[in-house]
Amino acid sequence: MAYRVDARGLSCPQPVVMTKKALDSCGDVQVLVDNATAMENVSRFARHSGCDVDVEASSEAGEDGEGCDCYIIRIHAKGRA
Amino acid sequence: MDQRRVVLVAGAVVGALSVFLAKAGNPANMGICIACFIRDIAGGLGLHRAEVVQYLRPEVPGFIIGSMLAALAAGEFRARGGSSPVLRFVLGFFVMIGALVFLGCPLRMVLRLAGGDLNAVFGILGFTAGIWVGALFLRRGFTLGRSARMPAGNAVALPVFSVLLVILAITAPAFIFFSSKGPGSAHAPVLAALAAGLIVGALAQRSRLCLAGGIRDLILIRDPHLFNGFAAIFGVALILNLVSGGFKLGFAGQPVAHTDGLWNFLGLAAVGLGASLLGGCPLRQCILAGEGDADGVMAFLGMLVGAAFAHNWGIASSAAGPTANGKVATAAALAVMTIIGYMGVRGSGKGKAQAE
Repeated sequence: MAYRVDARGLSCPQPVVMTKKALDSCGDVQVLVDNATAMENVSRFARHSGCDVDVEASSEAGEDGEGCDCYIIRIHAKGRA
Repeated sequence: MDQRRVVLVAGAVVGALSVFLAKAGNPANMGICIACFIRDIAGGLGLHRAEVVQYLRPEVPGFIIGSMLAALAAGEFRARGGSSPVLRFVLGFFVMIGALVFLGCPLRMVLRLAGGDLNAVFGILGFTAGIWVGALFLRRGFTLGRSARMPAGNAVALPVFSVLLVILAITAPAFIFFSSKGPGSAHAPVLAALAAGLIVGALAQRSRLCLAGGIRDLILIRDPHLFNGFAAIFGVALILNLVSGGFKLGFAGQPVAHTDGLWNFLGLAAVGLGASLLGGCPLRQCILAGEGDADGVMAFLGMLVGAAFAHNWGIASSAAGPTANGKVATAAALAVMTIIGYMGVRGSGKGKAQAE
């Protein structure tokens, strides 16, 4: 199970800072964001860090039961320098 | 088109349109300046009575409406907000104070550099220093809190007001102030300015162009993506200025600028710090406001009110240099922003501890 970062409701650069911290301290990370800008920024950052990135658009309810148009970004740290 | 190309194209077009607008009548090295234009709008609405800087600049409503249309087309228009609206208003207010002590927003800083105005070198150093301090707060977990979905009215209020501003600029009723001399009297034709604003707004929305973000991402995550847009604005504006004879290298006698290096530095340091904490430069706040971000609207309103205070209280600089009130206000801006930054780091730490 990957480490989860919930960055919904946050705008750049905070989702990227949170992702960076998570990637620094553990392996695979799953980031939840709710705007396209944050999705692009987190994906770009993770790719630049040498990770595999997989983005899934999701309109499902989050853990708190609140619906959102979210993106789930799965970051696979394998092969990271 | 990939993101990299979009941001380069957006920067190049912003640089080209800025030079075009200055040629078409806007003040020199001020083809586009978010701070100056919001200040002129505050004057046009009568919120301040500095007679030389009153005009309803159609570029600004253009940014907001252009951003809204681009966001609607991309399915990104969404009413959201509630992330420290009052603090965003305060930050917007003090960002405007810093910008008017320097005499320009970060975009005009780049345009001034591209016009050969070396005073802007102190500005860019201050801007970078301010962003660096902001990055320290961000690295320690600074946040203004999460935003949430909001009723649609929050997203459409400012675009509706923007349409009203355009109508007032065109119809010019007696209760709107229009400068007959000074920078406020120098302007491109209304429809050209509006069209340029719409194009810039749409491109900035698609590319996420942000002058503060360009330097911030270089410092924070060594990502040059947004900085490429910054560089494209500079490169294109520089070339067009050189070709058209708009380039004049030096410190003294630059258009709508003063030569006090310290206060050029500190004014834009306040803008850099404030923009870091807000998550974007004044242009980016207008774009966010157009996308339905009520927090961007609060920063915009803070800038509008800040501009009014800056002229009512003699805070704004002139070509003669910064004023005593301007120096006090800049120091206050830096102090307030530092406190907001510190509280934002502490607040995030507390929130985390409670959640665990």
